[in-house]
Formats: sequence, C-alpha cells, structure tokens
Amino acid sequence: MKKDNIKKRVFNDKLYRTFVSLFSFLSIIPLFLIVYFVLIRGIKYINLKFIFSMPKPMGEVGGGIFNAIIGSFIIVGISALISIPIGILVGVFLSEYKEKKYVEIIKILVDTLQGIPSIVIGIIAYLWIVKPLRHFSALSGSIALSFIMLPLVIKATEEILNLIPVEIKEAAYALGAPYHRIVLKILLPSASVGILTGILIGISRIMGETAPLLFTAFGNQFLNLNILKPMSTIPYLIYVYATSPYIEWHNQAFAASTILIIIVLSINLFGRFVEKKWKM
Amino acid sequence: MRKDRAFKIILLLLGLLIIILLSGIFLSLVFSSIPSIKEFGINFLFSKTWSPVNNKFGALPFIIGTLLTATLSLLISIPFSLSISIFLSEILKNKFISKIFQTFVELIAGIPSVIVGLWGLFILAPVIRNIQTKIGVQPIGVGIFTASIILSIMIIPYSASIGKEVISMVPNEVKEGAISLGATEFETLKIVTLPFSFKGIFAGFLLSFGRAFGETMAVTMVIGNANRVPVSIFSPGQTMASLIANEFTEATTKLYTSSLIQIGLILFVISMLINILGRLIIRRFTF
Amino acid sequence: MENVVLKIVNLNAYYGEQRVLKDINLEIYENRVTTILGPSGCGKTTLIRCINRLHELSPKARIEGQVILKNEDLYQIEPMLARQKIGMVFQKPNPFPTMTIYDNVIAGYILSGIKLSKDEKDRIVEESLIKSGLWNEVKDNLFKKGVFLSGGQQQRLCIARALAMKPEILLLDEPTSALDPVATSVIEELIIELKKSVTIILVTHNISQAGRVSDYTAFFYLGELIEFGKTTEMFTVPKNKKTEEYLIGKIG
Repeated sequence: MKKDNIKKRVFNDKLYRTFVSLFSFLSIIPLFLIVYFVLIRGIKYINLKFIFSMPKPMGEVGGGIFNAIIGSFIIVGISALISIPIGILVGVFLSEYKEKKYVEIIKILVDTLQGIPSIVIGIIAYLWIVKPLRHFSALSGSIALSFIMLPLVIKATEEILNLIPVEIKEAAYALGAPYHRIVLKILLPSASVGILTGILIGISRIMGETAPLLFTAFGNQFLNLNILKPMSTIPYLIYVYATSPYIEWHNQAFAASTILIIIVLSINLFGRFVEKKWKM
Repeated sequence: MRKDRAFKIILLLLGLLIIILLSGIFLSLVFSSIPSIKEFGINFLFSKTWSPVNNKFGALPFIIGTLLTATLSLLISIPFSLSISIFLSEILKNKFISKIFQTFVELIAGIPSVIVGLWGLFILAPVIRNIQTKIGVQPIGVGIFTASIILSIMIIPYSASIGKEVISMVPNEVKEGAISLGATEFETLKIVTLPFSFKGIFAGFLLSFGRAFGETMAVTMVIGNANRVPVSIFSPGQTMASLIANEFTEATTKLYTSSLIQIGLILFVISMLINILGRLIIRRFTF
Repeated sequence: MENVVLKIVNLNAYYGEQRVLKDINLEIYENRVTTILGPSGCGKTTLIRCINRLHELSPKARIEGQVILKNEDLYQIEPMLARQKIGMVFQKPNPFPTMTIYDNVIAGYILSGIKLSKDEKDRIVEESLIKSGLWNEVKDNLFKKGVFLSGGQQQRLCIARALAMKPEILLLDEPTSALDPVATSVIEELIIELKKSVTIILVTHNISQAGRVSDYTAFFYLGELIEFGKTTEMFTVPKNKKTEEYLIGKIG
C-alpha cells in the first residue's frame, strides 16, 4: 500500500459525485426548457375568445379551440368510465388470488398491455370499432384510450391492496362478513387514496395521448357532441396545426399546448399531492 | 351465499377478460396482416421498396430507422438515467429534496408526447440545423439524430426510476461491509452496489429501449418522414410507428392497409417480448 | 356445576403436508375463561382459528373433526354464520382504518348487510363500548377514526366490535402481546369482568397471565393437548411431566 494512493481515491470519489450530480441536474433541464418555450410562445395567444370560440377555416386568422377542449373532456371522460370500474375489479382479482399460478400470467399480460405502443392500440380500435361502423367516431377513440388507462388503474389498485395488512381482512372475516362485502366495505375504502392517485395519473396520461386518436376519433372542425361521429381533441389539434404550413396555426398549436400542459401537469401533480396528503 | 359466488365469478371473468383482450389484439393484428404476409412473405422484412403507387411494400427502411433511433436514444440516455438512479439512491440523503427531484424527473414522462414533438420541431430542430451548418452536414434540422435526442429525453425517467428502485434494494449491511473495510463511496458503488443491482439496471435499459421503440408522436414530428434507408444519423428517416401515424388514414388499397398493420404486428410482438423479458428480470431480482 | 358450551371432537388440522393439530378433544365451559397455553408453534393459534373457521382461509389448510357449539356442528353450517357466533380479537389491534369508532363497533352488522335502526345502532354501540370499558373514554369522539386511539384503546375497540355481534364465545389470540404493561392489566381486568356475560377462550404464552385470569387451562405441546384442568390445580400440581417442565421454564 502506497501512501499517496489515498489522495487519488478521494479525488476519484469527488469526481464521481460531481459527475453524477451534474448529469442528474442536466437531465431535468429539458423539462424546464420544454415548459418554458411552450408557455412563452403560447401564452400570448390565450384569451377567452381562444378558449370559447370555434376554429376558423384553414389559413384564416383568429378562431379558437373550443371544440377540441370539449372533445378532449368527453373522450377522456368516457374512457375513464370504462377503465375505472373494470380496472379496480381486475386489480382486486390480481391481489386477492395472488397465490394462483394463472394470476401470475395475467399480471404479465397486464404489463404487456401497458407496453403496447399507443399507435398499435390505435390500429386495434380502428379494426374493432371504426371498421365495423365504417366511420371514425369519438367512441372508438375512447375505447383506444381506455386500453391505455386500464393497466394503470389495475396496477395502482393491485399494489395498494397488497399493502393492506392481512389482519384487517381477517378481522372482517372473523365478524362473519361475506367476501364481497369485505372487498367493497373494507379493502377498497382502505385503498381508495392510492386508487384515486392511480386514476388521476392515468387521466393525465390519456389526456395528452395523440397517436391512438389519429384514426379513431380523428378530428372535427366543428363542435360535435355525438360520440358516434368524429370529434376533435386538444392533442390531435396540436399535431395537425403544428405540421401544417400556416404560421397562424403554429402559434395556435403553441397556445393549445400551453392549455394542455397546464391541464395535464395539474392533474398529475394533484394526483401526487392526494397520495402524499392522505396516505395512511 | 349466492352474492358471494356471483362476486367471485365476476372477478374471475374480468381476469379472463385480460387474457381475451390480449389474445384478441394479437389475433386481430395477425388476421389483418394476412394479405400482406401472403403477398410478400418473409421478404417484407428485407425489402427496401415502399411504394404505394406500385403496391409494393417492404419494411426494411423503417426497421432500420426504428432500431437506429431507439439504440441511439438509449446510448444518449444511459449516462443521464444512471446518474439519476445513483444520485437519488446514494448521494441525495435528504429525503424531501430527493422526493422533489424525483417528481421533476417523473414529470418529464408526464409531458404529452405531441408537446415534446412540437418543442422538438420548432425549438430543437433549428438549433440542430445551426450545428449541422457549422459542421458541414446538409442542414435539415429534422432527422434520425433529432428524433434520438427527443426520444432520449422521453425515456430517461423510465430507466432512472427502475434503476433507483433496484439500487435502493441493495441491503445496507452489504454496503456498510465495504465502507467498514475502508472503501470510498465510489468504490463501494463500483465494487458492491452496481454489480449487485446490475440485472435490474439492465432491465430498466431494456424497458426504456422498448419505450423508444414504440414511441410515436414526438418522433413522427421530428424525424423528417423519408421512406428510405437512412444513410447517416443526420438523414431524415421513418420509424415503424411514425410510418403508421403518417400513412394509415391515406392507405387506399387493402394491401397497403394490411402492410401497415403488419408493421404494427411487428411493433406489437417486439415490444411484447422486450416487456416480458424486462419484467421477468425485475421480478426475479426483487425476490 | 359446569355447563359445556363448546365441544371439540377429534380435531385434526393440517397445513400442507404438516399436521399441526393432532386428535384434539376439548370441552369449554360456559361463562368461564379457558386458557390455551403452550410454547410458540404448539398449535394454539391454529386451534382457535379452527373454532371460528379462519384456518380454512389459507389455501393449503385442511381440517378434520367436529367443533360443536350447543349441539350444532360449526362445520356443517355456512362459515360466515359460524364466525358470527364466535367473536375474535387478534394479537395486534386491527380496527378498520377507514371507519369511525362508531362504525367500527357495528362493523359486523355493516359487513353482513344487517340493517339496524338508528336507535338499535346507538344502543349496541353504547352497550358494547361500556362492556369493553371504553365508553367513558370515547363517548365524545364516537365519530373520529378508530386508528387515532392508543394501542390499548384500539384493542378494547376490537373487543367491543366482537361483543357487538353478541357471540356465544369470545376468542382472544394473545390480545396483550402488542401492549404495554398498564394497557395489559386493563385488558386482564376486563377479561375477568366479561366472563359474566360471555365464554372466553384466551390464547397466551404468558404463564402468569394465564394464572391471573383463567379458570381452566389447556396445555398444548407440538400440536397435542397434553393436559387440561382447573388452572389453580394445574399450576400447583401438574399431572404431566411436560406441563411441569413448561411451567418452571424448562421448555418454551
């Protein structure tokens, strides 16, 4: 052992800390860059008129994105209605029967579902809904988005249920309670905060999804409330406007992105806040 | 108890629903790909020609485009995501600050893909164009390289959070053993912690590679949409996902649609394999 | 005059391949405290979990024999019905975290879907909390969450929750093992008070606790019932050598 060795080792240790800290901070810079540039370019076009009026025909100045805002909420709302109850019950199933072999397989399938590229989900909704009905529809978009939200709700429910102490469940059994009431009155209420967080994160995720909507909900220049007809959404509008050749539309894409970022990040942060605040 | 029975049956049926859903997805993709499979066979994977006008379809340019962008983005992301994993689990001792930092990292994953694409198209691409002018490459701005940077930003949170989890799982006694022998924290990390968690970290890279593989919107907006085999990392290209996004609604013939769906099938199968493999490694690691 | 209320006949319990209870025959007397005593792993918890049919919840479990409550074999009726007739209190206090104190007491009714009028509910809550000695401490906070009580109070809340169902038998599975000495003595006094109205089976590995509160003791060792008798007699002149060794601290 040489004496001067220690100096080099301490230096290496410092070097490692500096390197790791530096790269960590560099990696969150894009978050601020993206949010900053989108806001800076978008915020000046946002006013009540932009939010509450309809798009102008191609290339004309002015107009708003009211149809897309309404469309986003309708489509996301329907897919939440589909995926929340199913997702919670599948989560209960996975956590309650976890010692069974076939449940292990279903768990892997849920992971697989979560890993399917969103564009492929779009193809599936196209094949299953659009093709038989022979036209694009908001409903097909909702179904596509619910495939994306479903695994998120399932996993949130399963994970939080696994954290509930077995004694709580046994106490309910010892009182002579039937199984379905133990699940509905004891387990799910105890897990409600965690499930709510999962739901909110899931909603914030599908609120920003575009790819599954390209050939399902498609888009619509007009305000449409019929879920069997094509419907516009904010992310779809951003894509179409951003890739168009009109500067006016580019600016509106930034404005719409500002609105979308605010909606998505607030739902996401609210979900995290809920989890922190009311966690048992 | 009839209600109890019914409830258990409902749970079981919903579990079954997941199996049916996944097999349904797979079978639908296979079924709709049949015309293309029949017409082109295995050559579909190796043909460079994608010509809707002549009804000739080959996926090679998009397979190469996808592999290139996904690999490049993974390589770019590794130093960053690994740093975050180590930073969060080993260096930041303050729990509160660590939590805030982690939230920032996760929020990156929360930004809608189309907004990252918008930013890439209007903010990042011009910067890349300037760089390209300086180094004497044809200044296009968009292309494989830009798409890879955008992708790497998007996948960092995934491998970072998995890496953080597995590194945190290394038992404290093992680390303290090394420290008590006089090792520095860096040496402990190098000799004890990283080898111990290597498989899990690898699985994290694998899963984020899978993400990059299937990511659609942001890539579609910045890759340049050129249906040919890219000649350099700066050339415009096309990934499998961006091709489907661009052309699916324009596909007029049955064979054209079927070829696009077959590309979807390839995406599905590969991402499924990557996912299952990654999850299996992580599961084995945690027990 | 002792009156047999519960009869365990040729009971064998298995967990997987392992036989954890071997040919148990035991009679429990009405309004008495019977202690199930023995070192850990002797099958005492399994025994009481067989009485209220919790043992069968584990997928590997199997049971043979009879558990007869007042001429009715508990294994011939719906498990839920059996569990309603037998109350149970666990090692660690486990009030339902999302429920108020009030709802925790009537949880058995809520869970079984038994509808009660407001008056009935109020009456049951008050009666049960008075019986468990908790009424004076919580009567002003009935609608707060049960998890904010101290450990000893939580355990008495769990006793009230079991009593509310008016069980024939109350099973106590090492109810003081998670409590401090003061809370423990409160529970022990409560046990002596409660036996006026309900038959109690107490599982413990604490010999002096068994001596303080119980009328009868059944000593278990490695899944077998070694000796049963009046606590005072067994603790002074044990008939079996194993019992003697355990009581003087040689095994366990």
